[in-house]
Amino acid sequence: MRILKILIAAMLLGAAPAWAQDLADISLSDPKQESQALALMDSIRCVVCQGQPISGSNAELAGDMRRIIRERIAAGDTPEAVRTMLISKYGDWVTFRPQLKPATLPLWIIPLLALLAGVWLVSRRLGWRQN
Amino acid sequence: MIAEAGLAALWLAATMALLQLVLGALVLGRGQTSLGRAVAPVAVIQAALVGIAFTCLIAVFVTSDMSVLLVAANSHSAKPLIYKIAGTWGNHEGSMLLWVTILGLAGATIALFERTLRADTKLATLSAQAAIALGFYVFLLFASNPFTRISGVIDGQGLNPLLQDPGLAFHPPTLYAGYVGMSAAFSFAVGALITRDVGPTFARAMRPWILGAWILLTIGITAGSYWAYYTLGWGGWWFWDPVENASLMPWLAATALLHSVTVLATRDGLRTWTIMLAVLAFSMSMVGTFLVRSGILTSVHSFAVDPRRGLFILGLLSVYITGAMALFAIRAKTIAEGNRFELVSREAALVINNLILTVILVVVLAGTLYPLILESYNGDKISVGAPYFNAVAGPMAVILMLFLAAGPLMRWRSDRPKALVERMAPALFSGAVMLLMLAAFGGTIGYLPLIGLVAAAVVGVGSLAPLWKRDLRRTPLFTWGMVIAHFGCAVSMAGMASDSAFTKENMVSIAANETREIGPFAVTLLGVRERPGPNYQILEAVVSASKGADGTPFEMTPQLHAFSDPVMTTNQAAIKTFWNGQLYVTLGENSDGSKFLLRMWWKPFVTFIWLGGILIALGGTLSLIGRVRRDIWKKQAEPTAEPIEVPA
Amino acid sequence: MNRKLVLWLPFALMAALFISFLASLSNSPEKVIASQMVGQPLPEFAAGAAIPEQPGAATADFRDGKPRLLNVFASWCVPCIAEIPVLMELKASGVEVVGVAVHDTSVDLTRFLATNGNPYSRIGLDQGGRAQIALGSAGVPETFVVDGQGKILYQHIGVVTEADKTKLLAMLGVVK
Repeated sequence: MRILKILIAAMLLGAAPAWAQDLADISLSDPKQESQALALMDSIRCVVCQGQPISGSNAELAGDMRRIIRERIAAGDTPEAVRTMLISKYGDWVTFRPQLKPATLPLWIIPLLALLAGVWLVSRRLGWRQN
Repeated sequence: MIAEAGLAALWLAATMALLQLVLGALVLGRGQTSLGRAVAPVAVIQAALVGIAFTCLIAVFVTSDMSVLLVAANSHSAKPLIYKIAGTWGNHEGSMLLWVTILGLAGATIALFERTLRADTKLATLSAQAAIALGFYVFLLFASNPFTRISGVIDGQGLNPLLQDPGLAFHPPTLYAGYVGMSAAFSFAVGALITRDVGPTFARAMRPWILGAWILLTIGITAGSYWAYYTLGWGGWWFWDPVENASLMPWLAATALLHSVTVLATRDGLRTWTIMLAVLAFSMSMVGTFLVRSGILTSVHSFAVDPRRGLFILGLLSVYITGAMALFAIRAKTIAEGNRFELVSREAALVINNLILTVILVVVLAGTLYPLILESYNGDKISVGAPYFNAVAGPMAVILMLFLAAGPLMRWRSDRPKALVERMAPALFSGAVMLLMLAAFGGTIGYLPLIGLVAAAVVGVGSLAPLWKRDLRRTPLFTWGMVIAHFGCAVSMAGMASDSAFTKENMVSIAANETREIGPFAVTLLGVRERPGPNYQILEAVVSASKGADGTPFEMTPQLHAFSDPVMTTNQAAIKTFWNGQLYVTLGENSDGSKFLLRMWWKPFVTFIWLGGILIALGGTLSLIGRVRRDIWKKQAEPTAEPIEVPA
Repeated sequence: MNRKLVLWLPFALMAALFISFLASLSNSPEKVIASQMVGQPLPEFAAGAAIPEQPGAATADFRDGKPRLLNVFASWCVPCIAEIPVLMELKASGVEVVGVAVHDTSVDLTRFLATNGNPYSRIGLDQGGRAQIALGSAGVPETFVVDGQGKILYQHIGVVTEADKTKLLAMLGVVK
């Protein structure tokens, strides 16, 4: 980690755009933290592009979010804390995983109703009574 | 001149569709049977005319006639020929014309080749087909004229660089042909409702259309997924993007329909449900078209849109679908229920297959549309993406796989549970072996990929079991088709689960001659060079990769393509395929002078995803050939019910 | 349940679906993501000086009792050019406009300001989009109204036009 920070510091001093190469596009050295960060990035929606997760977007703001996510995870934050932070900035739109709350309940209730209705239809209309 | 000829042909085709509809209505409503013989020729003429219109549109694109608005807006004289042709349907108006052209051809095919169906049912089917076509003609002629002229344009605006890809040139026609095939199934269903002719003969007439459409949808989805995988450059192959979902929904309904129509054809069961599904499958095709075309969804794949057109398509969609649903509600009660069956029987397995597929369809539909509904209700913006779909639809897909393994091993009507377990034994054993192997060597993997891999093992072996102890040379082609398609499901699921369980990812910033590890490979950056491409500038990294310390090194060249007109950079991933996976390397955009960003993935067995898709489509094709051949051969003999297959 | 009613269920469901489609057609095609920070204290950020002639921008600058505009912009952003004259007029009315330049460089900014004019009292160069994300800003240009206690009162998404001036001036407490 320290080496990486020195590397970033060295880049910040360089002439090229300072945000060019850093945690936005470079894996964390701890594979467990990196996989946590990746899973989170897969479920955060890019706010400038249409319908892509930040893990699959070339937009600069998506890169900025990836950097902040990797930094926070490396600093020991849980992925959920980082998600909550981003929701506090951009609202529920930013997370591809809908938060469980009254307004999103239909997302789970509708499939459940469909399943129950299906089971009921099958048992009633088709009936597996012997002839 | 060509454009005017095309427009004239389109008007005439529309007139023919109207005539076809009126004739059909006269015969069915007023009993003027003498007119009935005219319907089939009219359908053929309509197809020929719309075919001419579409050919004219291709011609103006090929000759780069910039006085046609559509060409000026979507093509460019310097474009390679193949993209000029593909440009014909790479836009709203052209794709709608393609849609109705395929619809016309489907109608002509029914008119010419359908001989098993009762004459009045065939007539009603052709009338329904004409009604659908008529709506699209009106839409084209009044709201999306592809032949509009403009003046003063010197050259065109070009085609989105992301769409300049050979695979993508043929992707929309494949999906559209699939959608239109569903419209044929819909017309059959409406025809059968009108004449109350729902039975095995009707099911056998409808089945090739469902199979054909389903094969095309399978190919379309598989190809679209691979396209996203290699062009978007981030290693993902399915994003649960609304446009992807729009193609998945008709596929799910078609898959359910394919299985229920088999019950209807073989056992004369599930009559009303099959009709319902046929309407539903076409509804989903139309809903998909509407969602993509109306612009109410935001997606990477979205086209430029006009809300008035969205309203028009919505109008068409509502008339057809609610009309069919109303007809269903009125007529379904007069259709006698089909044969019954027991809980442990092949029919029951197929019904559960239908139930699960339908619930998955509801999940995809709800997840795709609920954000829109919520926003129009109170302005709240939420996103529903991969985490939701994977968590809700994933487990159901796994359960579906278990029924998929068991279903073909069951007898029709009723079976003994104990005998079934015996037949399932090898499949269950292979699942147990997989579970043990994963526990021993798999490391920590998520719970869904784990059960996915186990289910794939069960289905992989179980799907082959219907061939067990059989004379393979005398096994009917459609049985082979089923076995191969089911095996393909196992292969595809194994690929998906393996990709999510074992993928290794490494994103690095390195200078020339530096080496980094990814999975079992060592990757060295040799250098980066710039060179001109056909109509873009190429930035290309040359990397050398080798497996292990003493493996033979091989070169890979991930590229960035910088287009100037319009300004856009696309990613060209370098992919090296091995029998057990793919090494996937892309060059990142923000590389500065001495260091370059490389994104590397090692994806074990990821190719199985699309290999499975190909197998599913192949199985479908064999089944289609087998069915058509048998249905033609059987036509001489009186078809009542198909011979019942007995599993070994 | 009555079988007749069950058979009408698909009709009802489809009709409901189409009505919801009709409603969604009136959803705004512009997918603007509003900041959730409106009504909240300005988040902590510190963006260093973007050009040598002017100081950078930080949260602390907004707590001296004077309401200000916080304009998120960039030299590469074409629409941003269009709002510079309006921002100049606001400046002339006594409004202090603090700039935060995103994904930008000192050289480009100097050229941009020389060509289009400089309405800013301070310009911070946002390193890595940190200030932008802290503000919940999703693009450029965006303009936040911040009161004297450092609370965000309002977020204006897109170009500030003549028509928006009165509203902004009222919110800033500048009598017109």
